[in-house]
Amino acid sequence: MKTKKIYDLSVKSITALAAFLILLMVIVIMGNIILGGWSHITWEFLTTAPEEGMTKGGIFPAIFGTFLLVIIMSIFGIPIGTISAIYLTEYAKQESFTYKVIRFSVNTLAGIPAIVFGLFGLGFFVQFVGRGLDNVLYGGEMLRWGQPNILWASLTMALLTLPVVIVSVEEAIRAVPRELREASFALGATKWQTIRKVIIPNSITGILTGGILAVSRGAGEVAPILFTGAAYFLPYLPTSLSDQFMELGYHIYIMSTQSPDVEATRPIQYATTLVLLILTFALNFSAIFLRYRLRKTKAKFS
Amino acid sequence: MDEQFKNELLKKRFYFSDWLARIVITLVSIVSFISIALIFVFVFREALPILNYTPEVETYTDEELQMQVYNDLNNQIEKKEEKLSNTKEQIEITPRNDDQIKLQSVWESVFSTVWDPISKNPRYGIIPLIVGSLKVTLIAILIAAPIAILAALFTSTFAPKWAKEILKPAIEILAGFPSVVIGFFALVVLATFLQNLFGYQYRLNAFVGGLALSLAVIPIIYTVTEDALSAIPKSYIEASIALGAEKWQTAIYVVLPAAAPGIFAAVLLGIGRAFGETMIVMMATGNAPIISASIFEPVRTMSATIGAEMAEVIFGELHYNVLFLLGSILFLFSFSLNAIAEFYIRNRLLRRIGGSK
Repeated sequence: MKTKKIYDLSVKSITALAAFLILLMVIVIMGNIILGGWSHITWEFLTTAPEEGMTKGGIFPAIFGTFLLVIIMSIFGIPIGTISAIYLTEYAKQESFTYKVIRFSVNTLAGIPAIVFGLFGLGFFVQFVGRGLDNVLYGGEMLRWGQPNILWASLTMALLTLPVVIVSVEEAIRAVPRELREASFALGATKWQTIRKVIIPNSITGILTGGILAVSRGAGEVAPILFTGAAYFLPYLPTSLSDQFMELGYHIYIMSTQSPDVEATRPIQYATTLVLLILTFALNFSAIFLRYRLRKTKAKFS
Repeated sequence: MDEQFKNELLKKRFYFSDWLARIVITLVSIVSFISIALIFVFVFREALPILNYTPEVETYTDEELQMQVYNDLNNQIEKKEEKLSNTKEQIEITPRNDDQIKLQSVWESVFSTVWDPISKNPRYGIIPLIVGSLKVTLIAILIAAPIAILAALFTSTFAPKWAKEILKPAIEILAGFPSVVIGFFALVVLATFLQNLFGYQYRLNAFVGGLALSLAVIPIIYTVTEDALSAIPKSYIEASIALGAEKWQTAIYVVLPAAAPGIFAAVLLGIGRAFGETMIVMMATGNAPIISASIFEPVRTMSATIGAEMAEVIFGELHYNVLFLLGSILFLFSFSLNAIAEFYIRNRLLRRIGGSK
C-alpha cells in the first residue's frame, strides 16, 4: 500500500513539474522582455524613424510596414480562406475526391516550413510573375515588379496564413445550427441565398476570429519575407505596392544580429520586441475572446 | 394530377446566381491545392539547374581543373594543354564524356562535407547542413517531447481545475510568441545564462538553439497529445478504476498506451516544425557549418542557410540553385512527415478507439 502511495505521488509530481516548467518559461520570457523594453517605449519611439544608422530614434517605419503587410495580406487571404471554408462545409461531400484533395492541401499548407514559403515567393511571385509582368508592361527594360516588394511579401504571407483562416471559419460555419439552414431551404431559398443571408451573417464572428489569428501569425513570421520584400532600412515609407518595406520582426532580427554595435542598441531591440509581442498578444486575446463568445452562442442554440 | 406534372414540380429549378456561386466558390477553394502544386513546381524548378549545370573552370581545384581542360575537346585545347604542361603536373587522361564530368563534379561538391559558398573556390557540401538540422531537431525534441507529453498527462488526469486554468492560457501564450521573439530571447538571455552555467567555449551553439527551438515545439506536441488523451473513451478509464487501479496506474498503463498513436503523431508534427524553423536557429545556433559530436559546438541548419544567404545570392548561380535544393529537401521532409502523421497515425488511433466514439 505504501509503495503505491509513493508511486502515485511521484508520477503526479513529475507530471506537475513538467507543467510547472512550461509555466516558468512563459513567465521568464514575458518578464524579461517586459522589464527590458518597458522603459524605452515612448510616444516618440513609436512615431519617429530610426536615426544615425539605426542606433537612435524610433521604429515607426517598421510598425507602418507591418500594418501595411497584414492589411494587404488580409485583403487576399480572408476572402479566399472564407470561400474555401464555405466550400468545404456547405458544398463538398466529405467522401468526395475534391473534398479530400482540398482537405489534404490545407493540412499540407499548414505544415510547410515558413522559409519554403519564402523560397516559393521568390521563385514564383518575384521571378516568375514579377519578371513576367515587367516583360509585358515595360518590355523587360525596367525592373519594377521583378524584385522583392510589399505586394509579393503580402501574397506569400496570405498563402502561409490561409489554413488558419480556413480552419477557423469552418469551425464557425459548423456551429451554425442545421435548423437555420433547413428553415431557409423550406422557405424556398436557394443554396447561395442561404449562404449569403443565413450562414455568413451567423458565422461572422468566426470569420473575424480567423482573420485576427491570421493577422497575428502574419505579423509574427519573418522567414517568408526575408527575401520577398523586407528591407534593412528605408529612409521613406512605402507608397506603392512595388516598394520594399520595413517590418517589426525583421527589424528585431537585424538589430540583434547584424547591427554594428549590438550591445548599445539593446534597449531598442527590447522595446521593438515588446511592441511586436504586445501587437500579437492583443490580436490573439481578441481572437480568444471572440471564439469564447462564439462557443457561448453555440451552446445557447443547442 | 398526373405523374409527369408531379415530377415537374419536384424537379429542382435552375437559378443562375446559385449556379454561378457554386462554380466560383469551387474554383476559389481550389486555390489551396493549386498553391501546393505551384510550391512543389517552383521550389523544385529552381533546384533543377544543378543537374545540367555548366561549371566554370575557375571554380575548380587543380585536379578537377586539369580533368576539365583535358576533356574540353572543343577549341582552346591546344592553348590550355600548354598551360597545364607548364604547371608540370602529371595527369591521367580518362576518356569520359563532358556531361558525365559536369554531373559528377557538381554532385561531388554537393555531397561533400564542406559548405563554403563564397570563397574563390566555392564548395556546396550540404552534408554539414543536414547534420546540423538533424542535430538541432533532435536536441529540441528530446527536451520538448517529455515536458509536453507529461504536462498534457498532468492536465488530463491529475490537475485540479485551477491548475488547468493557468496552464491552458500559458500554452496559448507560448504558442503565440513569434519565433523571432524566442530567437531574440535565446540570443540575448539564454545563451549567456547557459554559458555561465556550463562554461563552454562558444556562446551560441546547437544546445542553445535546440533549447530555444523546444519552446516553439512544446505547444504543438502538448496540444496534439492533449487531443489524443481526451479522445480516449471514458469507459477505458472507468473500467480501469473499477478494477481497482490507482489513478497513476490508469494514467501509465491505460491512458498513455491508448493514446500512443496520437502522441506519436504529435512528436512527428513537432519534428516537422523544429526541422523547418528558421528564425530561432538563425539567431541562436552560431551558424557554423561544422560536423561534430559535441552539442556545445555551433551548427548551421539548412533553413538558417537559406535564410541567411538567399538575399545576397545572384539569381541563376549555382549557389542560388543549391539553396533551392535545400528548400526542396525541407519541403519533402515536412510533406512526408505530415502525410504520415495525417493518414497512418490518425487512422490507427481511430481504429484502436473505434466504435466507442
